This record gives sequence, C-alpha cells and structure tokens, in this order.
Amino acid sequence: MFLDFFLLLKNDGIPVTIREYLTFLEALDKDVVEYSVDDFYYLSRTSLIKHEHHLDRFDVLFGYYFEGIEKIDMEEFMQIPEEWLKKSFDSHFTEEDKAMIKSMGGLDKLLERLKELMKTQKKKHEGGNKWIGTGGRSPFGSGGYNPEGIRMGHEGVGSRRAVKVWDEREFKDLDDGVELETRNMKMALRRLRILTREGTKEELDLDKTIDKTSRNAGLLELEMAAAKKNNVKVLLFLDIGGSMDDHIELCSRLFSAAKYEFKHLEHYYFHNCLYESVWKDNKRRKQEAVPTFEVLHTYNSDYKVIIVGDASMSPYEILYPNGSIEHSNDEAGIIWLERLRDQFPDIVWLNPVPVEEWRYTESIGMLREFMKDLMFPMTMGGLQQAIKALKDKKLKFEGH
Amino acid sequence: MKFKGTDNYISTRDLNLAVNASITLERPLIIKGEPGTGKTMLAFEVAEALKKEIITWHVKSSTTAQQGLYEYDAVSRLRDSQLGDEKVNDIANYIEKGKLWEAFESKKQVVLLIDEIDKADIEFPNDLLLELDKMEFYCYELQKTIKAKHRPIIIITSNNEKELPDAFLRRCFFHYITFPERETLRSIVKVHYPKLDSKLINNAMNVFYDLREVDGLKKKPSTSELIDWIKLLMVGKVTESELGDIDLSEKLPPYAGALLKNEQDHDLLTRIRLRFRR
Repeated sequence: MFLDFFLLLKNDGIPVTIREYLTFLEALDKDVVEYSVDDFYYLSRTSLIKHEHHLDRFDVLFGYYFEGIEKIDMEEFMQIPEEWLKKSFDSHFTEEDKAMIKSMGGLDKLLERLKELMKTQKKKHEGGNKWIGTGGRSPFGSGGYNPEGIRMGHEGVGSRRAVKVWDEREFKDLDDGVELETRNMKMALRRLRILTREGTKEELDLDKTIDKTSRNAGLLELEMAAAKKNNVKVLLFLDIGGSMDDHIELCSRLFSAAKYEFKHLEHYYFHNCLYESVWKDNKRRKQEAVPTFEVLHTYNSDYKVIIVGDASMSPYEILYPNGSIEHSNDEAGIIWLERLRDQFPDIVWLNPVPVEEWRYTESIGMLREFMKDLMFPMTMGGLQQAIKALKDKKLKFEGH
Repeated sequence: MKFKGTDNYISTRDLNLAVNASITLERPLIIKGEPGTGKTMLAFEVAEALKKEIITWHVKSSTTAQQGLYEYDAVSRLRDSQLGDEKVNDIANYIEKGKLWEAFESKKQVVLLIDEIDKADIEFPNDLLLELDKMEFYCYELQKTIKAKHRPIIIITSNNEKELPDAFLRRCFFHYITFPERETLRSIVKVHYPKLDSKLINNAMNVFYDLREVDGLKKKPSTSELIDWIKLLMVGKVTESELGDIDLSEKLPPYAGALLKNEQDHDLLTRIRLRFRR
C-alpha cells in the first residue's frame, strides 16, 4: 500500500526508511485518521518527514502522486536558482581552455600595457583577445578569463583571478547561525578534543578514594577531582570575499560547527593571502583591523591553527611586496605565512576548491608546497584527515 | 481520547493529528519551530486536555542521558557505611531516580516533556535510543530492567541548535510548528485576552506583521512576544488610534522593547528610519 509513494519520496532524495514507512502503515491501520485527504496528508507528513527542509519538497511530491500532476524533475528544478546565483561563467571555458591561457609577462608589463591600451581604445568592446572589454580573454576587462588579468570595475562575473581589483567589494560575514548538516562536521572536529581536568573539584575520584581510605585503615576519606573539559585551543583564519564567495555556505557551516565545538576558538578574516593585518568583523574591517603581529604575540604555540581559503590568487599576491590586490603591502604574503607557521607548529590548510582542480591553479600548488602537503580539501574526508594531521605530525595529504 | 487543543491553546489540525498519531502509536513526538510559537506549552496542554500528569525534563548543556534514568549516590553510601547505618545494606536506597524512571514507573500513563533536547551534548539523543524505543532500560546497580508500565506520551522540543541524529528521528513523529496565519493568530490573542477590543487587536497585529517583514531582523517577534506586548499595551492604556497609523519608517511602536529583544534589531530599525528621513 502506497509503496509507490514511498519509493517516489526515496528516489527524490527525501531520506525515508522502511521503518518510517511501517510506522506510517501502522498509523493507518490503527485508524489515526478518518477518511479525509487532509488528515491523510498530515499523517504521512508527520510520520515520513523528519526535517523542515524537506517539507516543501514533500508537498510537491505529495501533490504529484495523489493528483497526477505531471512530475517535475526536482533535481533540475531545485538547481535553477542556484545556477543563477552561482555565476556559472566558468563553464564557458573548459579546463583545457584555462590551461591553454598563459600569462602575459609580469605585473609591471601588464600595467604598462593597460595604460597603452587605455590610450588607444576608445570604444566599448566585448569578447576577443586583445582589447579592454567584457567576456573575452584579454588580460584586461572583466567577466573573462585570464589568470593574470587585470580586473576592471564590474559586477563579479568571470573567474575572479585579477591582479588588482578596483571596485570596492561588499563582503559578507560568515553566518554562524547556519545549522544545516553540521552534525558530521562537529563529529569530525570532536577528534581534536584535548581533555584535561581543571576548575572546581566536583567529581568523586573513586580510585584515589579507595586508596586513601585503605591507607586510613578503612576510615572513609573522600577524594574529589575536577570534571574533564575539552581544552583544545583553536585559531581559525578565514579567507573571505572574492573567489571565496562560491564557497561561503560551506565555510559558514564549518564556522558554525567549530564555534559550537571549541570553547577556546578565535577567528580572524583575511583576504586572499595573509598580510600585516587581519580583522574580526567584516563590516568593520576598515576601522578595526588587528595587526597580524599582535595575533602572533597574543596566542601561544599551543593554539592549533586552521586556515580556510581557496588559495586561488595571482602568484604576485603571495610572493611580492605590494602584490596585494587591496592595498600596498610592504612585505610579501609568504613572509607573513612563514611567521604564522613558525609561531604555530600545528597548522593545517583547508581548501574548498575540489581536489581535481587544484593543479590548474598555480598558487594552490605553491601554497601546498609551502604547507608541506598539509593542505586538505574541505570535504568531510578532508576535514577528518586535517584534524588527525593536527595531532599526528606524520600525516600528509597526498591526493592529486 | 483525542487531542483537539484546549480553551487556552489554539492548535491547528495538522498539529492535533501529529499529537494523536504519536499517542496512538506510542512513539515520541518531536516538535520544532520558531522560538515563541508554543512548543513547550503544547506538552502542558496535552496533559491538561487528556487529564494526565506531566513530568518535565529540562535539558541543559551539562545534562547526560544517564541523569534521566537514574544516578547512584556512592558518596552517601560510603558515608553511611562509616556511620554503621542499616540503610547501607540495600543499594536501592542510594539510587536516585531520574525523570524517565519516574515516568516509566508511574501507575497511570503520564505526559513526559523533554524540553530543548538540542541543548545537550551531541551524543545525548543517541544515548536514549533504546530507552525511547523499547521504553525500558537496565539498572546495573540493582541488576534489574525497568520497564514502562504504561508507555508515556513523550513530547520532545528542539530549537534547532543542533541537528538530531537520523536514528533518533526515525523513531519519532515530527512536527514543525509554522508561524500562525493571521486568523489563527487572532484566535490565539482572543484566547489570552477575551475582552480586548477587536480594533486594538487588529491595529496591534498590523504593526506586528509589519515588524516581522523587516528584512534582516536577528530575532523576528513571534506569538509569545505579541502576547506580552498586547499585555503592555493594555497596562499602558494605549488606545487603538495610537497604533492605527504607525509607520515603522517614522517611529517605533510603544513598548517596542517587548517585541524586539536585542539591540542590533533596534539599531537596524533606527538605521532604516534615518534612511527614510534623508
């Protein structure tokens, strides 16, 4: 009875199990509902659906099954708005295309050439490989692809790998209110626990009590101990804005899980690469930047450091002074990263970019090497490995 | 014996059905929903309507599953053994029963409320799987199994602070209390303040719904805030005309503190007002 309906739900990604199906049948059998379609709908909902996120999809499927509305391909249907948001411009270029596009000389040369072009070009231009415009593969313009291109003021489309960004971007703080599917992440983060006893003594220490009582010739002597607490200290550095926008949901989940799991958690934001200052609140980053030196001096080496970032940027941003796309930095990003690594020996990097794509981005390879293969993909497996690596120095990530 | 809501508690048809299904099949019911939509209230009202006793177990971050079953007070037993107390020979004297034990042992069927289960440790629901499924557990100290005489009606509330494990959810019925529609809300207000002038309710509800629509509020006001606010309006003798033409872009309604509970939300409204003035 209603087996088709059950299978329909299951095939459309609602996590229903036989157990719930049997419960549902049992309820029908015991006449929980009288003969009314509404009640039948409510009953099937309360017994089969266990999460409010699935309610909407359930309604659609219920309607389809019991009224014979033509089935909409839910997969496609659910994805359309996301595709709109995702700015899937990347798909216009295949990976081979991307690999084919080679850089065109150094930074200075690029700037020079831009000035030249600005002089010569007066008309609006789109597509093509040479002029300033949108959608093309010239190193200048916006919405196109060239790993070392210069980004012209434009709404964020394209692959975002420009050397200088001239538009002021709006960044979003990561929302730690997200509670979607963070359970697995929390379970992974749990492994980092370091349990120590400290604080007021409120638990009976049985072993010691027995020992002391025996020594006391059988006269009771109680011995108390403090309860075990998780004392691991974690410093989280989060890359935010720009190319990280695509991964913001994943990062929010991680942040929310970490915030719950660690009592001693400090977090700082940076953009693309670590430089002389970081910030705690994105809205006030201009006013309330914290010098990186201060961070290095505040926290001792016990802290375990997790860097979250896509490490996708122009190599200048890592290697050269004044390479930052937002300001002029006196010292190169790599020097700051070295300082961080020197201060905190327990350090890992989580990268939300899928592993298969790592090799297409030069900067990822560079930072991976710098991290001595302690860069992990931000998947459940990667997270688990990264957490293990924080405790076990021998572990490395050796995919792709 | 079916639950249909009470005089003090307006419940929707789908909620009634979920409650009845869980009573008939003797499975726990998980209630989720926006804060202030009456999740905890539900258990009390079910108990009231079905004339049953209620046992409440409020879960805190330090609560463990074991505490719900029983605790063994070894310290007092040791102490008594020193004093040569007769009590010491029976370990049962040192077992402190938890809420679940209480509910299982009761001579009549009771309603057991496990409030805010998401506050506890992430493993907490898993530790209760067997207990809630079979409605029995084993007491090691006494070497006996405690089995429910009458399976209690179990209502569990969650605020979504943590996700509950699938294995746990599978054993329960689930209901999400949505924010009430205007008509339902009106009857809820009526239940609380039967003598109130309907125009005042109307205007108050307009302001309330306007406020709920402001984008970016950290905590949207919900039913319980509305009830409190209307009480303040009554105490403060605010007239319906004072509420009639409130434009949130110009000023805040009186006693706005009852509706908006954090300063960021107040800031947000102030900012919106400033923007309109420009």
